[in-house]
Amino acid sequence: MTIAAALETVLAALILAIAIWTIAARETFAAVAGFVVYGLLLALVWVRLEAVDVALTEAAIGGGLSGVLLLGAAARLRATETRAVMERPDKILRLGAAILSATVAAGLAAGVLLLTDPAPTLASAAATNAAATGLGNPVTNVLMAFRATDTLLEKVVLLLALVGVWSLASDRLWGGFPGPRHQADPLGALAFLARLLPPVGIVVGIYILWAGANHPGGAFQAGAILAAMWLLVMMAGLTDVPPVSSRRLRLVLIAGPGVFLVVGLGGLCFGTAFLAYPVASAKPLILGIEAAMTLTIAVTLGLLVAGAPERRDGQ
Amino acid sequence: MSAATVFGLCSAAAAGLGLYGLIVNPEPLRKIIAFNLLGSGIFIIFGVVARRGAAAALGADPVPQALVITGMVVAFSATALAVALVLRLFQGAGSTTLDADAPASAGTDPTDA
Repeated sequence: MTIAAALETVLAALILAIAIWTIAARETFAAVAGFVVYGLLLALVWVRLEAVDVALTEAAIGGGLSGVLLLGAAARLRATETRAVMERPDKILRLGAAILSATVAAGLAAGVLLLTDPAPTLASAAATNAAATGLGNPVTNVLMAFRATDTLLEKVVLLLALVGVWSLASDRLWGGFPGPRHQADPLGALAFLARLLPPVGIVVGIYILWAGANHPGGAFQAGAILAAMWLLVMMAGLTDVPPVSSRRLRLVLIAGPGVFLVVGLGGLCFGTAFLAYPVASAKPLILGIEAAMTLTIAVTLGLLVAGAPERRDGQ
Repeated sequence: MSAATVFGLCSAAAAGLGLYGLIVNPEPLRKIIAFNLLGSGIFIIFGVVARRGAAAALGADPVPQALVITGMVVAFSATALAVALVLRLFQGAGSTTLDADAPASAGTDPTDA
């Protein structure tokens, strides 16, 4: 066994241990902490699977944003935990669930072991057609050109989820400010970091967007990093979330899907098909869509974490 | 055993654990976490399929990778919606129990009064 193989086995064992901890931990806070560590370890797995684009997404979304979202919810729901202990299902149900889960896991494991060899792949097709867009990152090619409709519809799903979250506001609070107003010690570590990190984070986010054309990165990863910076500033109390009735905010929210749709329809009117980019201007068009999308993704992810409107005024 | 197989088996077990937690844990927030565990296990299996499809000087097939990136963002938005629903349930009902027979407790939401 080589050192790399040994390290991979240790990583897999560690992930399993953390997964068990996440399910079995008594306190929700501990479970969320386990889940964040789990997400960061999974990012390492993605690197080992030669999927650096996915690793960046996993670290930013699975480890970072999900962690913030779940920690915030766990803190607010702490009072409900003692009561839930009494609702634990009885032994028979637990045994049944264990048998069912073990069967599903065994089925998945068998699926992994019985995958056909040689594996079917579209990698060569993606590599052959890369010249059509002028981008060097095959994953960005797939996301923005070969399967661009998926990405467009996924933007719409994000927007729909946000509409769903906002709709949970009661009538009186509709159009108000999402979530509680965060307060932090203005001289504390959080406020200090919220002043120190965002300039760096914004540069890193824009770099990841720009580099995503030819190297691992892209709109999702850049958007998630920018969202994290925005949330940091909001949680330190340095700025408030804009009210959901803000017209400027709503314009930013539809900018990404809007630009995407306009370019797509342009392909239908002047080209051969919906989202067909003319070869000569494919790269600037894709980068333009990605720039608009990054802004929309950042704001949408931040607002999804901020939650439903809970305040009428900025207090 | 290749790295892809090791991680594939690991993620199959993680998905099973997630399913168990989803059924057994009574708290909605813990169910959401368990569901994410289940989902991430399935995502890694996509990664295994992508890795095995390495060809044309690419380390992994880009198509499953792109699907997983899309899937992660959608999973996150679904998680955020679910968390918002649980928080709203807590605001309105004063508890987050999913047990239909549980005695109703006084609501803490001043807006519904």
